[in-house]
Amino acid sequence: MGKLKRHLELGVLAVAAALMAMGGPAFGQDETPTLDTGDTAWMLTSTALVLMMTIPGLALFYGGMVRKKNVLATVAQCFAVTCLVTILWFVAGYSLTFTEGPFNSFVGGLSKLFLAGVGKDSLTGTIPETVFMTFQMTFAIITPALIVGAFADRMKFSALLWFMGLWVLCVYAPIAHWVWGGGMLADKGALDFAGGLVVHLNAGTAGLVCAIVLGKRRGYGSENMAPHNLVLSLIGASLLWVGWFGFNAGSAVAANGGAGMAMAVTQIATAAAALGWMFSEWIFNKKPSVLGMLSGAVSGLVAITPASGFVDPIGALWIGIAAGVVCYVASVWVKRLLGYDDSLDVWGVHGVGGALGAILTGVFAVEAIGGTAGVLEGNIAQLWIQIEGVLYTLVYCGVATFVILKVVDIIVGLRVKEEVEVEGLDINLHGETVHG
Amino acid sequence: MKLITAIIKPFKLDEVREALSALGVQGMTVTEVKGYGRQKGHTEIYRGAEYAVSFLPKLKLEVAVRAGLTEAVIEAITSKAKTGQIGDGKIFVTPLDQVVRIRTGEADSEAL
Repeated sequence: MGKLKRHLELGVLAVAAALMAMGGPAFGQDETPTLDTGDTAWMLTSTALVLMMTIPGLALFYGGMVRKKNVLATVAQCFAVTCLVTILWFVAGYSLTFTEGPFNSFVGGLSKLFLAGVGKDSLTGTIPETVFMTFQMTFAIITPALIVGAFADRMKFSALLWFMGLWVLCVYAPIAHWVWGGGMLADKGALDFAGGLVVHLNAGTAGLVCAIVLGKRRGYGSENMAPHNLVLSLIGASLLWVGWFGFNAGSAVAANGGAGMAMAVTQIATAAAALGWMFSEWIFNKKPSVLGMLSGAVSGLVAITPASGFVDPIGALWIGIAAGVVCYVASVWVKRLLGYDDSLDVWGVHGVGGALGAILTGVFAVEAIGGTAGVLEGNIAQLWIQIEGVLYTLVYCGVATFVILKVVDIIVGLRVKEEVEVEGLDINLHGETVHG
Repeated sequence: MKLITAIIKPFKLDEVREALSALGVQGMTVTEVKGYGRQKGHTEIYRGAEYAVSFLPKLKLEVAVRAGLTEAVIEAITSKAKTGQIGDGKIFVTPLDQVVRIRTGEADSEAL
């Protein structure tokens, strides 16, 4: 997505070229972007990879972590969000994010409602706009789907659909526009290659607000709520990891050296974070748990996301180690200290990891890689820009999520009845159980 | 005749069984059970969330023996099931009025 800004600039150049061409035919066609088949092939692939992150990746990751009575409810939420957001993105989300609007620093316009004007030959940079739109759609899908983990085991299915629909249009679209659609954070020069702010800090903040507003699960702090099947979670986390190459390397929106570097740093940071969490847990909790290793890997994926087009492998190693240790402390110690029930650690992993990654991007950015220098190369100002990006996302997402939850609470009520929660959501909300 | 009921740690079953067989005990019934004693279970922490383990998994052994064998059986179970740690279990001895072997109709000591 770092490239998007360049695409927009190219687009402006192209328009200028076209205008000038009317006056003087001497102006060449070279400036007009043309379709690149290599880029297009990679972006078609990336789009499929990112969709795979949510279904089945995230669905399995979360589905394995809940108790046996809530497995289907959890995977159903991920699957339903995928379908709902697809339609909403087509109807309005894409337009609100990626067009210019009258309040452009805050949100895009309505000129591409129902994908108006997005035809077979429309291009975004060097790829078809249809591919760019669908690629971006898969980001809009996984972001709200991540929030599901924060209120696992206790939200009504109807409330979930209302909440997710409103959230993706009122929170995701504006924040994505701020960073990638030419909005206020893009103007400030905030670096967020693949969505540390837009996707992870955003989902994490919303998750924390949801966990606090909905309240703890019944029995939290006294009953055993350990995962029912960590093999499912391992399969899910591994699919997330593989899919993340589409997420990060795909965010180059090109099949080039930038994409290759994004892939390499993603792999390194993820492994470093998994080890960082594993050793922290081994030292302080006596055992290196499977859930810890998986969470560590995801925290590394999250933290390298904003940095993946801007840092080198050494930077990735440090970002990974920091993410593994810090997200472990946030998910295991801070959560216990503060007493909120962020059931599957959406805040601890995605919120904290996203913010950490965004800030460290400002430290480790290498000018020769992404065009912007970080603190280590003497550009201290970048750090403050990154922190601003974190604060804007935190505050807007936090407030807007709170308001949406209150509205949905009035419309349908947020939380299931006590007996439903005790007996389980699967049989009560969906009429099915995981093992028949 | 006595019915000896023992609650033991699950991993001690084989040792206890061998010791009782050596004494000439002809059969036993084992059930997987859960329970608690003086410690009333304990609390554990998983991923930052505390929870109570109120009932711990144990095995319940039931052995019917001649009254004369009672002390030897108690001694065998005690020595083999003991770890010295909390949660080693308990032995209950109750009088047994009657025993019948279903297949043959044999009764009491014949049926043991």
